[in-house]
Amino acid sequence: MTPDVSAILTRLREALPDAMAAHRRNPGPSGQDSLLVAPESLVAVCRFLRDDPALAFDLLTNLTGVDWPDPAKAEAVAVPVEETAAPACGFLETVYHLYSTTRREGPLVLRCRTADRAENVAIPSVVAVYRSAELQEREVYDLFGIVFTGHPDLRRILMWDEFTDHPMRKDYVAPDDYEYEPTPHDEVLEKAKRHYPAAP
Amino acid sequence: MIPDSAISFPPSPNANPALDDDQLLHVSLGPQHPSTHGVFRMNVVLDGETVVSLKPVFGYLHRNHEKIAEGSTYLSSMPFTDRLDYICPLTNNWAYAHAVEKLAGIEVPERAEYIRVITAELTRLINHTAFAGFFMGDMGAWGSALMYAFRERELILDLFEDLTGARMMSNFMRFGGCRNDLPDGWADRAKKYLATFPAFLDELEKFLIGNEILLARTQDIGALPAATLVNGGITGPMLRAAGVAYDLRKARPYGIYDRFKFRIPIGEKGDCYDRFMIRFLEMRESLAILNQALDQLPAGEYIHPKAKIRGFKAPAGEAYAAIEGPKGELGFHLISDGTFTPYRYRIRPPSFINLTLLEDMCLGLDLADVVLILGSVDIVLGEVDR
Repeated sequence: MTPDVSAILTRLREALPDAMAAHRRNPGPSGQDSLLVAPESLVAVCRFLRDDPALAFDLLTNLTGVDWPDPAKAEAVAVPVEETAAPACGFLETVYHLYSTTRREGPLVLRCRTADRAENVAIPSVVAVYRSAELQEREVYDLFGIVFTGHPDLRRILMWDEFTDHPMRKDYVAPDDYEYEPTPHDEVLEKAKRHYPAAP
Repeated sequence: MIPDSAISFPPSPNANPALDDDQLLHVSLGPQHPSTHGVFRMNVVLDGETVVSLKPVFGYLHRNHEKIAEGSTYLSSMPFTDRLDYICPLTNNWAYAHAVEKLAGIEVPERAEYIRVITAELTRLINHTAFAGFFMGDMGAWGSALMYAFRERELILDLFEDLTGARMMSNFMRFGGCRNDLPDGWADRAKKYLATFPAFLDELEKFLIGNEILLARTQDIGALPAATLVNGGITGPMLRAAGVAYDLRKARPYGIYDRFKFRIPIGEKGDCYDRFMIRFLEMRESLAILNQALDQLPAGEYIHPKAKIRGFKAPAGEAYAAIEGPKGELGFHLISDGTFTPYRYRIRPPSFINLTLLEDMCLGLDLADVVLILGSVDIVLGEVDR
């Protein structure tokens, strides 16, 4: 059963008057509306959604990132319900899908946006509330370059440690040859010559 | 519900001075170790035989499936989903088709729903029998149990070959139904085969379940509290073995599972023994579903007559949809900007997320138990690494 996002938002605002969250409508047929949460409120909102007995969203099932170089596209997929200022530049976004195993309700979709795509790419980690975020946040850090502040062990997970880019970004350009690695061919060939000197 | 204080993390290997003790033994287990179920590595730190730290390392099979799918049309990712969990391609196909149908609001005809349930439950039988064989292999009984399991798997793969043209890489589901109808006599052959399956299960259970080595090696190994598992995102047989009756077929009914009478087996202790047993019990329930589905199978369309195969576009929006895969919740999160390709294509892989608590389950146990615990999680690296 898909939860009633506006009712949850009302309840959230009663309990946490300082929390910055807004209802976003999904224009597609799935009917999965979302809550856009400001990064500074994210952990408190997650904790409330998990601990409030009437909501009890105890399972963070999916956590992922989205790259939006064009902010207008993001606004078209998560349409503002209340009047808000449109984002000025492209940004990175994390999306969370919460379920309640006891109330059999979900998915409640949370989204959280960074300020831009270059310098300010930090979002607070929710691992202290949902342990299931641990590997998934590492994956989003690895592939999108979102830095999760407060994550206990933020390392690359799928790409190798020496890799420097974030391949799921829309402007990522894959190198021609991933496999290229400088190898000392000449040294090896010289050594082989000395090993078996040419016949006189 | 679980308080924050109950959520703890094993420390990062980069910031754990305890691991600098030169009396400790650092073992890199894998990536070509036979018990790692594929190219998977664990950096294990041992004090004698006891595990003091365990960090999984993966990505060896990473091909950035999600990035490739974001540059392809919706349908051209369908054969690629076969390669996620290559033991169970038909459930992967269904999960993806289910998500696209939710994204675009597509109806599925009744007969197609039945075919989907039948193929998915047969896939569950394959997965769980293979699990039993591999798990015994992890315990040292390499070969015999697996061959019993693979004998049955071959017969089910024969059915799949008849139906989809391929034994493993099925590419069978379409948005709005299935690729083709059941061939003539297929349902009867499936029924005839399934009539022999309970005898196989009885035989395998007789061989394995009372086995003294199995009891000694698996009981009270690797258990965690149910609340920790839910918080860690663990789903599927791993979660149900710990006593949480959470099965997506009942908890978030999809397809036509509400028409069948079946039970959700749950375990009591959540140790490796319960995880092993729960799969046997689930196979019995899958058999019940299969028999009902094959009996009720209606005539009709196998794909919605208006389903669009070529030039398919989804309206702008997003959708998350998941099914109960044999290994846990297999979900797809799709964002469409109204074009021919998905703007965002995300797989929620049960194998990957079920590894979150691997270290917690292994700490303080012996290295030999690590191998069993990893086996009991039931991972496929094609899905972990994507």
